Amino acid sequence: MASVGEPLVKIRDLHYSRDKNHIFKGVDVDIARGGVTAVMGPSGTGKTTLLKLIGGQLYPDSGTIHIDGQDVHKMKTSDLYRLRMRMGMLFQSGALLTDISVFENVAYPLREHTPLPESMIRKLVLLKLEAVGLRGARDLMPSELSGGMARRVALARAIALDPGMIMYDEPFTGQDPISMGVLVKLIRSLNDASRLTSIVVSHDVQETAGIADYIYLISDGKVVDQGVPEKMMDSRSEWSRQFMKGLPDGPAAFHYRAPELEQDLMG
Amino acid sequence: MLDPLARLGRAGIDTLEQIGRGHLLLLGILSGFADLARRPRLLIAQLYAVGVLSLLIVAVSGTFVGMVLSLQGYYILSQFGAEQTLGVMVAASLVRELGPVVAALLFAGRAGSALTAEIGLMAATEQLSGLEMMAVNPVKRILAPRFLAGFISMPLLAAIFSALGVVGGYFVGVGLLGVDDGAFWSQMQAKIDLQGDVRNGVIKSLVFGFVCTWIALFQGYYAVPTAEGVSRATTRTVVHSSLAVLGLDFILTALMFGD
Ligand SMILES: Nc1ncnc2c1ncn2[C@@H]1O[C@H](COP(=O)(O)OP(=O)(O)OP(=O)(O)O)[C@@H](O)[C@H]1O
Ligand SMILES: [Mg+2]
Repeated sequence: MASVGEPLVKIRDLHYSRDKNHIFKGVDVDIARGGVTAVMGPSGTGKTTLLKLIGGQLYPDSGTIHIDGQDVHKMKTSDLYRLRMRMGMLFQSGALLTDISVFENVAYPLREHTPLPESMIRKLVLLKLEAVGLRGARDLMPSELSGGMARRVALARAIALDPGMIMYDEPFTGQDPISMGVLVKLIRSLNDASRLTSIVVSHDVQETAGIADYIYLISDGKVVDQGVPEKMMDSRSEWSRQFMKGLPDGPAAFHYRAPELEQDLMG
Repeated sequence: MLDPLARLGRAGIDTLEQIGRGHLLLLGILSGFADLARRPRLLIAQLYAVGVLSLLIVAVSGTFVGMVLSLQGYYILSQFGAEQTLGVMVAASLVRELGPVVAALLFAGRAGSALTAEIGLMAATEQLSGLEMMAVNPVKRILAPRFLAGFISMPLLAAIFSALGVVGGYFVGVGLLGVDDGAFWSQMQAKIDLQGDVRNGVIKSLVFGFVCTWIALFQGYYAVPTAEGVSRATTRTVVHSSLAVLGLDFILTALMFGD
């Protein structure tokens, strides 16, 4: 165990590219222990990719990611799997197993990694489902859920083993205002009640700024700004102000790299 | 633009890379067998999906192939007055060749394609990634039981194919064409050899089961994670498996019966 003051996740000079697409060009990020750290940025900047790099599913071209002092990409596979047991991840798509029910999906990590008896598993699963408001949906199959419901079941599954760290990939997308409010509170209270470390990836500036302790803004392969939410809202950087306030005009581009529209239309 | 030499080189490297990946995947699968002993239910579920569900098509095909063999065989053999040996001819063709080969081709079409589509879709919908992040190794938990199920099912399916083929051949030969009942069975009993015929047939189908299931799982696991990618992978499974079965059959036959 590294000291408490040390960040749990330490990313240094991270470079990553896919084919010819240079996604990260030297990113440094610290994820503080016991806090909620938000990673924000325009669609397609590599937020999901960053989470997969942290989870050890992708390998960086150069640079390092340390979790709890260990280099994720230099670990033995068995150590990596042991580390993942203490990590929850909410996938953007939910990633539920489609051939088993909601109940079984949430029970899956418990059955895999704990020797708990069936009665205990049942209680735990129902509690986790209750927390995301879907206890009544336990017998449904994933194909019978809406996108927002599937995401919430995935959240219940991600917290099933009471991990020490959770990565949320777009937890708020596709939620109605009520579920959204509940989720925001849930993420915050999970974090505070069990001294969890949370990484939230999101576009929803208001909600994210509401729960985050610290925000990283990533764009074009670099960390363009960082700070506590209040500071970000009236950041010195014009770019961050535009992003945080969702203004259409400013230095940040809404479009993916492309030639001028007129030129494209005229062929 | 790449010049042809460079393109050839790239194709060569790609092929070697594929072969390397395939073998690494196989190693991963085989190392998952130890876990499987503790979770026999995973295997049983797959034996049902891969084996039992292929039973009907294999049984029906076997019967018809046996019936056709009997018709064709009778036509030739009767020209030499040797229709008494019809039973031997039907059984030998089935046990040595048609049982293992045709059952494997049907298996590739029925079970192999289903395996590829299933694994490919699981990859495309991030279910395999999800398992990895839950600290569950998908190669061990998802691929290994399917592989073992294919390997076990194949020889059994081939045996059922051959057995029903003999029954089909019997109905046509003895029932329709009037071959002597006793001769049909006794000639078969005398001439079909447990070592030379049956054992070699079983070895063939073990090899085919191994290869077909391996190809199916490999194609699914490394399918491009899109609808089109999975559909292409499924096609590749059937094509590659069929070619592999026919090619290996020639090699195995040459080795077993060649001298
Ligand atoms: N499988 C893949 N193959 C090739 N390129 C990919 C693949 N997945 C993602 N990319 C590319 O990587 C970049 C980052 O993708 P990523 O999914 O990490 O973005 P994101 O920030 O999570 O976006 P969003 O907010 O829309 O979810 C994108 O430009 C995308 O084109
Ligand atoms: Mg994303």
